[in-house]
Amino acid sequence: MPTTNFFMVLPGSPVLSGLILFTIALLMLYLARAPSHRAIRSLGSIIHSAMRIASRSVLQAEQNLVERNKEVLLAAGREAVERSIEREFHRVDAVVKRDLSAYPALQLKLSEQITLIDEDYRESTELPPPSPTWVSAVEAVANIRPQGDGTVADILMEIQETTEKQYKKAMNDYRESMGKRHGLLKKMMPHWRKLAHTLDKVGKNITGLQERGKVIDRRMEEYEEIRARSVRAQQTLSSSAMTQFVISGFVLLIAFGGAVINFNLIALPMSEMVGGASYIGGYSMANVAAMVIILLEVSMGLYLMESLRITKLFPIIGAMDDRMRRKMIWITFGILLILACVESSLAFMREQIAADMEALRQSLTSSETIQPVNSWIPTIGQMVMGFILPFALTFVAIPLESFVSASRTVGGVIMTAFLRWIAFMFRLLGNIASYLSEFLVNAYDILIFPPLWIERLAFHKTGEERINSQEGRI
Amino acid sequence: MKKGLLILTILSACMLFAGCSDTSSHSRGVYMLMDTSGTYKNELKKACSIIYYLLGTLKPGDSLGVARIDTGSFSEKDIIAKKSFDKRPSVSNQQKRLFKDKVDRFVAAVKGSSYTDISGGILQAVEYLNETEAGKKYILIFSDLKEDLGKGYVRDFEIKMPDVHIVALNVTKLRSDNFDPREYMNRLEYWKKRAQDGGATWRVVNDLERLDAILVD
Repeated sequence: MPTTNFFMVLPGSPVLSGLILFTIALLMLYLARAPSHRAIRSLGSIIHSAMRIASRSVLQAEQNLVERNKEVLLAAGREAVERSIEREFHRVDAVVKRDLSAYPALQLKLSEQITLIDEDYRESTELPPPSPTWVSAVEAVANIRPQGDGTVADILMEIQETTEKQYKKAMNDYRESMGKRHGLLKKMMPHWRKLAHTLDKVGKNITGLQERGKVIDRRMEEYEEIRARSVRAQQTLSSSAMTQFVISGFVLLIAFGGAVINFNLIALPMSEMVGGASYIGGYSMANVAAMVIILLEVSMGLYLMESLRITKLFPIIGAMDDRMRRKMIWITFGILLILACVESSLAFMREQIAADMEALRQSLTSSETIQPVNSWIPTIGQMVMGFILPFALTFVAIPLESFVSASRTVGGVIMTAFLRWIAFMFRLLGNIASYLSEFLVNAYDILIFPPLWIERLAFHKTGEERINSQEGRI
Repeated sequence: MKKGLLILTILSACMLFAGCSDTSSHSRGVYMLMDTSGTYKNELKKACSIIYYLLGTLKPGDSLGVARIDTGSFSEKDIIAKKSFDKRPSVSNQQKRLFKDKVDRFVAAVKGSSYTDISGGILQAVEYLNETEAGKKYILIFSDLKEDLGKGYVRDFEIKMPDVHIVALNVTKLRSDNFDPREYMNRLEYWKKRAQDGGATWRVVNDLERLDAILVD
C-alpha cells in the first residue's frame, strides 16, 4: 500500500482526510503538552548546565594558565635581574681588582710625593736674618755730638761707609736666599701636579664604583619587587616580554632573509656535488643539502654562543667545566670556519656554473655568441658573502633565545585569551540553549493554539458560572 | 657531552636522508620525432628551434631523444641523437652542446624520405622512454600527421603507452585539407583516438611562439 493511501482516511477526499489527521495530531499534541514542555525545558536545562560546567572548567584552566604565566614571567624576570646583578658585581670586582689592588702602591707613591713636597717646603722656608750685634755700637757712635773735630768726622765717615757696605752685602745675601727658595718652590710644582692627578684618578674610580653601586641598588629593588610578586613588577616584565618578542621576531626575520640568500648562493653548486636529479620527499637533494649546511651553521653558531656563555639555551653546555668549554669553543669555531670556506668555494663554483649555463643558452638561442662582461667583482662579492654569512648566522642565537623566552609569555597570554573566548562561547551556547527551549515551548503552544483557545474559553465559562453560582448562593 | 651533541646531529641528518628518500622518479624523458618526408623537410629549421628550447629547458638527469620519421621508423638507425643528461650541471651542459652539434649536422645533410611511418616512430619512442625510467614521458611529433606506409609495413594495432604525453607540433595543413578540412580534422581525431586508446594523453601545439606549453602535463 502506498504511503499516501495510508494517510487517506476518507478515500477520494484528501482535504477532508488531511483535516481529520491534522485535528488528531493537534489533539495528541494537546494531550502531550505538559510532558512535552517538561522534555523541552529539561533538554534546554541539560545543555545549559553542561555548557556552564564546561565554561567553568575552561575558566579554571585559564586561571591555572594565568598562574603559570605569572610564574614563568616572574622566573624569567628573576633570572634576568640575577644575571644583570651578577654582571654588575663582576664589573665592580674588575674595578676593585684593577684599581684598588694597586692601592698600597698608590699610597706609597702618594706618601713619597708628599715627603718630597714636604722636604722642598722645609728647604724653602725663609731663614731669619742674623741679629745685628753691631747696632748698639753704631747707636753709641751716632750719639757723639759733632764738635768740629776732624777725627770724629773721619771716624763717622768710615762707619757710614762700612754700614752701607754691610747693608749691600746683607741685601745680596737675602736676595740670593730668596732666589733659592723660589727655585725650590718651583721644583715642587710637578710633584703637586702628580699628586693632584693621582688623587683625581682615585676620585674617578671611587665615583665609578658609586655609580655601579647605584645600579646594583636599582637592580636589587627590582629583584625585591619580583620576589614580592608585585603587580608593578608583573606589568613591567610583561611589557618587556612583549617588546622583546616583537624585536627578536623582527631580527629573526632578518636572519631568515640572510639564510634564504645563503641558500640561493649554495643550492645550485650543491647540485654539482650531490647531483641535480636526486630527490628527498619531493625536494631536490641539492636543495636539501644546502638547507642542511645552513642548519648546521646555525647549530654550530648556537653551540658557540652557548660555549661563550652569551646565551643559555642549553644549560648542559653552560655547566661544563672551563677547559671543556674552551675546547668546545675552538671545535665549533673550527667547524664554522670550514663551513664558511666551503660556502665561499661553492659561491665561486656557482658563478662558474651560471656563466657556463648562460653561454649554453646563448649558443642555443642565437648563432652569435655574446661575450659576457668579464668582471671579478660579482665572483668576489659572492665569495665574501659566502664566507661571512655563516658567521653572521651565528648571532641568530641571541635573538632566538630572546624569542623563545618571550614567546613563553606571549604564547601564554594568547592561550589565556583563547581559553577565555572558549569559556565565553560555552556560556553563550548554554544561554542560547536555555532560551531556545523556552522559545520551543512557546512555539509548541502556538502550534496547538485551537485546543488551547477552546480550553481557555471553557475554563473561562466554567469560572464565570462558578462565580455566578457562588454570587447566587451569597 | 659535545660528542653526544655532534653524534645526535649527524644521526638526525642521516635519518632524514635515509628515511625520506624518494623512490619516485622526478626526471623527464622527451622523445621528439621529426618528419623528413616530402615538403615537410623544409620545416626542419622550426624543429631545430624546438630542440634548442628543449636543450635549454631540460635539467640534469632528464633524457632527450631525437629521431627522424622515414619509411620504416621502428629502428635505432633513425635515432639522430639520444642522451640521458648527467646529474652534474657542468657535465650536462657539455652533453647538451654535443647533442646540439649532432642535430645541426643532421639537419644540414638530411634527405627526404619516400614514406612516413609515424606509428613505427612512436613505437620506438615508447621503447626508449620506458628504458629511461623517466617520471614524466613526452613524445613530441613534429609532423603533418599524414601517415604513408610502405608496402608490407603493418602498423594497424594498438600501441600501449600508459602515462605518456603525446604532443603534436606544427601540424601543417596539406593542400587537400584546404579542399576538404574534414580530412585535417579526421587526421587529428584519428591520432588522438590512437593515443588515448593506448593510455596516453594527446595535445596539439601549432603556435611555436609558445614553446613553454610543450612540457606541460
